[in-house]
Amino acid sequence: MIRTLRTVGAWLEARLCLGTSLWPMLTHPVPKSVAGPMGWWYVFGSASLTMLILQILTGIGLALVYVPAADKAYDSLLFLNYEQPLGWFLRALHYYAGSGMVVLLLVHVAQVFLHGAYKYPRELTWLVGVLLLVLTMGMFFTGQILRWDPDAYWGLAVGGSMAGRVPVLGPRIVETMFGGPIIGGNALSRFFTLHVFVIPGLLLAFLAVHLWLVIKKGISAPPQPGQLVDPKTYDAVYEQELRGGVPFLGEAILKDLFFSALAVIVVVALAAVLGPKGPSAPPDPTLSGANPRPEWPFLWLFGLLSLSPAWAETFIILVFPVVLILALLSVPFVSNRGERAPSKRPVAVLAVVVLFTIFCTLTYQGVTAPWSPEMIAWSGQPVPERIVRESSPRQLQGALVFQNKNCRNCHALEGAGGRRGPDLTLVGVRLTADQLIDQVSNGTPGGGNMPAYASQIGPDEMTALVDFLTSLRPAGRPAVGVPASRTLATDRP
Amino acid sequence: MADSTCDIPLLTRLRRRTLFQWLTFGLSVLAAAVLGAPLIGYFFGVRKREEHWVTVGDADQFPVNDTRLCTFDNPLRSAWDGITALTGVYVRNVGPDQQGQPQFLIFAVNCAHLGCPVSWFPQSGLFMCPCHGGAYYANGERASGPPLRGLFRCTWRVERGRLQVQAPHYPTLQDTLSAERRPA
Repeated sequence: MIRTLRTVGAWLEARLCLGTSLWPMLTHPVPKSVAGPMGWWYVFGSASLTMLILQILTGIGLALVYVPAADKAYDSLLFLNYEQPLGWFLRALHYYAGSGMVVLLLVHVAQVFLHGAYKYPRELTWLVGVLLLVLTMGMFFTGQILRWDPDAYWGLAVGGSMAGRVPVLGPRIVETMFGGPIIGGNALSRFFTLHVFVIPGLLLAFLAVHLWLVIKKGISAPPQPGQLVDPKTYDAVYEQELRGGVPFLGEAILKDLFFSALAVIVVVALAAVLGPKGPSAPPDPTLSGANPRPEWPFLWLFGLLSLSPAWAETFIILVFPVVLILALLSVPFVSNRGERAPSKRPVAVLAVVVLFTIFCTLTYQGVTAPWSPEMIAWSGQPVPERIVRESSPRQLQGALVFQNKNCRNCHALEGAGGRRGPDLTLVGVRLTADQLIDQVSNGTPGGGNMPAYASQIGPDEMTALVDFLTSLRPAGRPAVGVPASRTLATDRP
Repeated sequence: MADSTCDIPLLTRLRRRTLFQWLTFGLSVLAAAVLGAPLIGYFFGVRKREEHWVTVGDADQFPVNDTRLCTFDNPLRSAWDGITALTGVYVRNVGPDQQGQPQFLIFAVNCAHLGCPVSWFPQSGLFMCPCHGGAYYANGERASGPPLRGLFRCTWRVERGRLQVQAPHYPTLQDTLSAERRPA
């Protein structure tokens, strides 16, 4: 039996020649210290690859059932969730392994940057890595569209409106993106093709280059302060280091396997506990109350866009992402020599801390989205009883005007309601009756955030509303900027 | 048998090879062109837009100065679009003109900012967008927030007492829905 196997092996080897090609690659030496505790810094790239393999497996599984047609996609997702055995689990795993891949890639990029591993001779490895990150984000966006619910539909709409701002070519790009004049089946087919054929093809091709470079140029040794990278001498020093190295397929790969196994268990557990994401509702564009939100890797962009002044918007949509990618690509050209140790590169450390703080802050803003009105607050959030307990009949009338004119959609009372405008619980302390009339009638000067209500509110309604608003102040505190004698007049004219 | 090419003088042989090289280059360019042109045409081709009119109701069923959401199956659809082909427009009867003809304002539901669906609030006479808080007055003009312009206006006509709207494509800033003016 063993002899037969050996014969078959020899027959294959005579033709494949793996012993002289693949085997030396897998057992190529890596710096000795990678097998030590410092090796834990090197596990994020391989764990991202493990997540990619999970994505391919679960993706193939989902493609067995999913129907990429606008009139059937939603039903096939429900079938996956509720009828196909373990379909719900595969959908959930595809979502959480994808999320895990993005998280691990971000950590991987940060680690490579902090350790200066992008410096000579690994500049191209970094460039290809940046492309892999961009392609992974592309997978996330196109994948969200396949979930074919209102978020997917309106995600396409927002994407189309952004692309439509490209000078001259905008309309053409939008039509090419949707595959027709409206958002429908052709758009879904296009994003399915991107998600399943085009981007994965590019991803795997660039991944092959990335791995080839990792093998050919080797992985960088853990950085030592004072050990400078000099392109003239680096290769000789590295070769010297490898002489005392350890084989990759051996001690070095153990940590990768351990961490990858841990990552798999974490995403499987998340999928099993949290279950599949959506679809939230059928993709009916006429459903009211749509409140589209991008997926989490794009929430920071949603936040940045929403918090930026209007004049910067088109720039942020069209130019900023390109600038960001170019900045990442230029990193090894800005500095490809010198110190690698983070302790000697305070600017690099600061850059990572600042960038991740901005990313997390903007993501948090994107989750809470205080700039979005709360569309049902006017009818869904009653005026707190405490506020109107002592109100006069006219002030009560004003409270009704406040609710009925939908002010509550943007203005909270005691924290409940929209947060686009300021909370008005204590507005009586801040603004006089005249200022309130001016603000409500004319809105924010120059067409800012508040609409002008002059033609939407009658004189009686305005009087009642302002009476209500000026009464919004702590008990016993007079209205702001008004002499005591006039306070009475304002309260009881 | 002797190698026959050895009998041909060197110069001729070179010329023949050079000619064959050029022929190969030329043929490859031709192959790339005849293959590339239709492929680019397929991937980036845009169909000619057809003009379709959709009846949203009898013109006199819309009360003056009232805004209503009308939904219809968009004739620009593909057969497999399902419910995504459903399209909504806000119809507002602004009253008769000097000749006594009823006049309408018909808006796409898409916010002029980034395309999210606006909701109509008759109590305050405002359209509000759930995404970034864009607001518009009843006549579609921008009231506040990030939109750069008012709501997109659809082209309409009244045919034998029935109000018809030209089937709207997805509107964007550079590809609006009509000449953006009310028909005379």
